[in-house]
Amino acid sequence: MSVKEIRQEENGVQLHMLPNKKHKTVTFAVKFSAPLEKETVTKRALIPYILKQGTESFPTRMELQKELAELYGSVLSINGTKKGESHIITFYLEVPNEKFLPDSNSVIERAVQLLHEIVNKPNQTGNAFHPRVFDREKEILLQNIKSIKDDKASYANIRLIDEMCSNEAYRTHVHGYEEDLNELTNEQLFAYYEQLRQKDRMDIYVSGDFDADKMTALLKGYFKQKEEVPKNVFETAVSSNEAEPKEVIEEDQLQQAKLHIGYRTNILFKDDLYAALQVFNGLFGGFPSSKLFINVREKNSLAYYASSRIESHKGLLMVVSGIAPEDYEKALTIIREQLEAMKKGDFKEEELEETKLLIINQLKETLDHTRGMIELMFQQEVGNKKMTVDQLFENIRQVTKEQVIEVAEQIQEDTVYLLTSKGGEAHE
Amino acid sequence: MNKQYFDTVKETLYEKKLDNGLHVCLLPKPELSKTYGVFMTNYGSIDRSFVPIGQDEAITVPDGIAHFLEHKLFEKEDRDVFADFTKQAASPNAFTSFTETAYLFSATSNIEKNVLTLIDFVQDPYFSEQSVEKEKGIIAQEINMYDDQPDWRLFMGTNKALFHNHPVNIDIAGTVDSIYTITKDDLYTCYHTFYHPENMILFIAGNFDPQQMMDLISDNQQKKSFDKLEDIQRSFPEEPDTVKEKNLVINMPVSISKCAVGIKEPNQSLQGEEYLKRDLLVDMVLSHFFSTGGEFYQELYEADLIDNSFFFESNLQSSFGYSCIGTNTTKPEEFSSRVHKMLLSTRDMEISEKDFERMKKKKMGQLLRGMNSLEFIANQFASYSFKNVNLFEIVPFIQKLTVDDANGFLKNWIEEERLATCTITNQSEEK
Repeated sequence: MSVKEIRQEENGVQLHMLPNKKHKTVTFAVKFSAPLEKETVTKRALIPYILKQGTESFPTRMELQKELAELYGSVLSINGTKKGESHIITFYLEVPNEKFLPDSNSVIERAVQLLHEIVNKPNQTGNAFHPRVFDREKEILLQNIKSIKDDKASYANIRLIDEMCSNEAYRTHVHGYEEDLNELTNEQLFAYYEQLRQKDRMDIYVSGDFDADKMTALLKGYFKQKEEVPKNVFETAVSSNEAEPKEVIEEDQLQQAKLHIGYRTNILFKDDLYAALQVFNGLFGGFPSSKLFINVREKNSLAYYASSRIESHKGLLMVVSGIAPEDYEKALTIIREQLEAMKKGDFKEEELEETKLLIINQLKETLDHTRGMIELMFQQEVGNKKMTVDQLFENIRQVTKEQVIEVAEQIQEDTVYLLTSKGGEAHE
Repeated sequence: MNKQYFDTVKETLYEKKLDNGLHVCLLPKPELSKTYGVFMTNYGSIDRSFVPIGQDEAITVPDGIAHFLEHKLFEKEDRDVFADFTKQAASPNAFTSFTETAYLFSATSNIEKNVLTLIDFVQDPYFSEQSVEKEKGIIAQEINMYDDQPDWRLFMGTNKALFHNHPVNIDIAGTVDSIYTITKDDLYTCYHTFYHPENMILFIAGNFDPQQMMDLISDNQQKKSFDKLEDIQRSFPEEPDTVKEKNLVINMPVSISKCAVGIKEPNQSLQGEEYLKRDLLVDMVLSHFFSTGGEFYQELYEADLIDNSFFFESNLQSSFGYSCIGTNTTKPEEFSSRVHKMLLSTRDMEISEKDFERMKKKKMGQLLRGMNSLEFIANQFASYSFKNVNLFEIVPFIQKLTVDDANGFLKNWIEEERLATCTITNQSEEK
């Protein structure tokens, strides 16, 4: 299996064409990347909210959405994410492929034109966004920041990173900060938006059944980056923890406690041991067959979920579990035992091989999804290591038991975070 | 084996009804690496009163049993089926809704083996007293986890406000009390009645040869025997068209209140084209008014009554139907009264020809986009098949809908006594 990627730089923009016949739609992704910083993140968090509300020729959200409906219910989404210590704003536009439409005239071209307008020509008043839109969206973001606390699992994740990475850019909250938002003026935001459009690294991906040359020519006519893009957009600091593991316990009104643990893997996407880290994670907590799920949930009935995942660009590993408040010590002990077991190589050759297959299976499935394919290819840009899909699979296949143990030995527990009920007991 | 090509969506479907009653559907998609299989029974959490297979009298079983069964089927006397799939590099899963229970896997290799594993584990139950007891702790945790989620409470709260007696007002997983009364015999009774091949559909989509696959499945089924199944007699309590409670308030710790307005569908037991037409019109009309491009959305947005948690959804089944419009909001009373007013105003509104054409385009695009996903195709096909609707015929069906259909629907869509409000709020910290 392979993924065809035609990659070229045009007008300072990285174009990535991914022609394939898997889908009934054509998906566009325009990505703006910059270093993750507390000073800019609130602005970057608010921009997607505002740009969704209209453009120069479709100044209200209603008009913009009507145009999308006319394009056979094309779907626009704009979001901000962090990858390692970079912040990425992505504009996605998914358009039904003309091949399936009754009167298909130039749906794709009209879509590209619209996408360009959404990115570059907002509904503006002087050197600012439309004031009503700015005020309103600012208020909505503020409410969203406040309501993060209602989703206990996400809140526990954020609190864990706050504590664990307290001196690192990685701790920066991707949704921004209440105090910075309160201070932010419309003019400041607009000035930052102008700067972002000129200075951020810009990648455009297109996935679907189309002619790559024609698509490239079409996009070239619309998108360009004015200034030289800095080379080190995706740089991330990796630090290991020599200190004793930290334990942080907080209380909230809840029935199910969240036990989240952060580890340092000290292994990044571009490192040779990265494939072994993926296999380690698969054995440890990445799948329902993993040690965490089997031992915490199945054998001891302690949790509804218990799993782990890796942050490939920062060298972290996170364990998340939902437990009864009174089972904290017991669950923590069992989770620690699982890591010790990994260090001792306490897993069968056959489990190792199964896990590799599961990972390859998962990667192949990701590549069957249009956004999955785009994000997997973009991960290679962020991680600064290009490889073919076949190489990616081969690297997984080559992982040995010794390498997995080597990975396990490198992993340091950094912070244990528990969000539990008042008094640590289940309440009625 | 029946082969049919659907031109509008460019899909070829292979279908067969086996001797034991099982409906098998195969959709080859050679351009994908993945295969997805779903084995679904027309049985969900609302099927609590029924006549068991081979008996004459109706019984009522404890709430949450369909979901409990779903958990327990994975466990066999000597092993866990999750591990079998894992060994074959597949990811298995399952879900239970109000009306369906489904078992599924996806894989990129060992496809035939995985299909057999899927069929065999679902058709070979093993329940022991000990394993049933052990599961109760796990499911109680799951129920508690849902109870902590305000969005889930809002969703269930709206159903509780809308329905007097219909079991759609009970959590799919049951309650901690109800699941503790479940016995292994209850599980077997439900299993033998509802997991009969006659009541199930198997849909495989992805990378395989259809003839080989059909032979494999037929051979497997021929080796098994099942009791004869007459139509399953399910009974539902009498349900008035009016709502149970106009206003339901739930107190729980949230930083911003949540509010939803529910619309109860009148009892109609629709099937086939009639069902599809109403299902589509409810969805298209809701989306016309309340999607981010809709005039009601705009009005709520201008009045600062909603944020981007705003949602609307509808669920139409043969024994019940509801729609729900909800949001996080600092002014729940105002949100509710505005939405009521809007909904009531639709009786006197008319959708223009031009608007309706756009609504149709949007709905068609939405379906095509959904069909990028094997999961969507297989799950939706299976689910629609229980209502005698073919998923691949929906796009041409939409093209045929007229603005008169839409306006006829709109006249009778809303009645005051079929509307209810549910609010989640943090009024009394100390209580």
